[in-house]
Amino acid sequence: MTITNAPALAPALTAARKPPRFALARRTVITPVLLSLVILAIAVLTVMTGSKPFNQAMIDVFLRVTLVVGLYIFIGNSGVLSFGHIGFTCLGAYAAAWLTINPMMKKASLPGLPGWLLEARLPYWQSAALAALFAGLVALVFGRVLMRLSGIAASIATFAVLAMINTVYSNWQDVTGATSSVVGIPIVRTLWPYAIVAVIAIFVAWAHAISRSGLALRAARDEPTAAAASGIDIPRERLVAFTISGAVMGLGGALMAHSIGVVTPDTFYLGLTFITLSMLVVGGMSSLSGAVLGVVILSALIQVLRWLEAGVAFGATTFALPKGLQEIALGVIMIVILANRPAGLIGNREITLFRRNRNK
Amino acid sequence: MLQIIFDSLSLGSLYALGALGIALIFGVMRLVNFAHGDVIAFCIFALLWPSTDAMAIVFAGQLPWYLLVPLVLIVGAGLSVLCEITVFRHFRRANPATMMIASFALGFVIRYFLLMLFTSRPKSISLLPMLSQPVEIFGARLPLLQLITIVATVFILIGLSLFLRRTRFGLEMRAAAENFSMARMLGVRANRVIMGAFALSGALAGAIALIFGSQTGTADIQMGASIMLMAFIATVIGGLGSLAGAVLAGFLLGAASVVMQVMLPVDARPFRDAFVYGAVILVLLLRPQGLIAARGTKERV
Repeated sequence: MTITNAPALAPALTAARKPPRFALARRTVITPVLLSLVILAIAVLTVMTGSKPFNQAMIDVFLRVTLVVGLYIFIGNSGVLSFGHIGFTCLGAYAAAWLTINPMMKKASLPGLPGWLLEARLPYWQSAALAALFAGLVALVFGRVLMRLSGIAASIATFAVLAMINTVYSNWQDVTGATSSVVGIPIVRTLWPYAIVAVIAIFVAWAHAISRSGLALRAARDEPTAAAASGIDIPRERLVAFTISGAVMGLGGALMAHSIGVVTPDTFYLGLTFITLSMLVVGGMSSLSGAVLGVVILSALIQVLRWLEAGVAFGATTFALPKGLQEIALGVIMIVILANRPAGLIGNREITLFRRNRNK
Repeated sequence: MLQIIFDSLSLGSLYALGALGIALIFGVMRLVNFAHGDVIAFCIFALLWPSTDAMAIVFAGQLPWYLLVPLVLIVGAGLSVLCEITVFRHFRRANPATMMIASFALGFVIRYFLLMLFTSRPKSISLLPMLSQPVEIFGARLPLLQLITIVATVFILIGLSLFLRRTRFGLEMRAAAENFSMARMLGVRANRVIMGAFALSGALAGAIALIFGSQTGTADIQMGASIMLMAFIATVIGGLGSLAGAVLAGFLLGAASVVMQVMLPVDARPFRDAFVYGAVILVLLLRPQGLIAARGTKERV
């Protein structure tokens, strides 16, 4: 990637060199469009089968797509592994709970909320937008402090953020109901909102990646010293990515709350962190296509293993895996994939329709 | 007062031993080993007979202590080396994030293997029961176990530092930690050193399993995870790859947890961990390279 910035050149020369407007956007837009088509195709197929458990399973897939794309916005572009993003998902989920639960129930279960929040009862899409905003704001505050760090120190610091959020939400009885689950969140059972949010997340990630800030951040990921020497303020660009990805994680969290109707702090802790991170790394950490396809592929794998565990009939005999083998097989498959493709299934390429010569 | 000191020392010992196990491996191959916690859990479950009951059927745990302790250490070392040979050997050239996720996947496999054999219910075990009687020292009543924990940790630390400083193998390991490719060129056998590091780290996991198992009297599949997290944080605060830093930070974290438990106002006590993690962030901001920065981990341009 080159940023040509040469004021000494004659105006005519610079004008000739300047690419047409939105050239980068036009060249790369095919990737998010293709990925969205994958999502929508899955959604249409699911609606056509009309199976309820399958519907719920696909909702989970779309939620994970949202979360993993959220992770990608920060991790993929900055190269800094973050363990803290599920904390923002937790914030988003609880914000959605605060905004949508019936005020009568809230007064009984969460009496510590401020008055205006106790009275509030918004439709789910408004609450999801506010939840994303809230999570993004918190990410901005934390990021302001943390983005000076890099490498493994940054990873641990983000993990500390996750642990802090988890500790607070597990103990603040009046406001979060501590470790007991908060119930009464209106459940959204149709598939479309989740598919749309996943598509929104994909386009947000794409728009950020080709923005000035995203390009600068990727330059800093690949060559930190050279990028800093070219005038890129690395902590600032990281903060931008951190905030956007925090907001996307919050959005995912809000929808997660609406998909099951119950939130507990431990849903949003290490288990979810590692599953989403694994999906990102197995797919390909530094590619948007990798993030989306990693989720789709690993989720399909999990689904197949579940079916095998439930038992499959081969002719007269039923073949079933013993209980617990599903997770073991998943772990083994992940290790095998990573051993053979250390950069993930997609690597750092993106899927497009045609191969273009990038130097043209 | 004395009580606080001993509490923080014994908690710190656990964290320090865990942090050492992680730092040893990080030093030689830049791998943050998330499977370490599950190795700890495996060590304790190796003493039990597979069953789904709440009361564990102890089969190897009834051995006299002079057989029991080496057995657990060998189990830990063996499992750890096995992990190295089957999994991590294939990741020598992978980037740290990939290795980290691979180690997590490996931990996942070990955990669900245990889950399959033992179910997720915590089991009560009585391991080395003679250690739970209290003793009186300087007017404070302490469980004998706490004392033994601290003494054992001190011995392990001394033994380990002697091993690293006085033996040829230790020298090779330190050389590899400092500059791996240079050490290889000078004739250090990479695989042997890495296997040695894994064996040591596994034995440390066995030691933690013994101490923790006899302290809590339960065997829980999750038990490794909580120690591992703190140990992991201690490794980073201490300066990744620096063994002395890892031990120091482990003790500091133990002390911070215990002191905050006592000093914080009652209302804030449930949020203790939030304060501990806040302190962690502060330390990282002030010293991103860790308390004792290891040579060789500094970024080169």
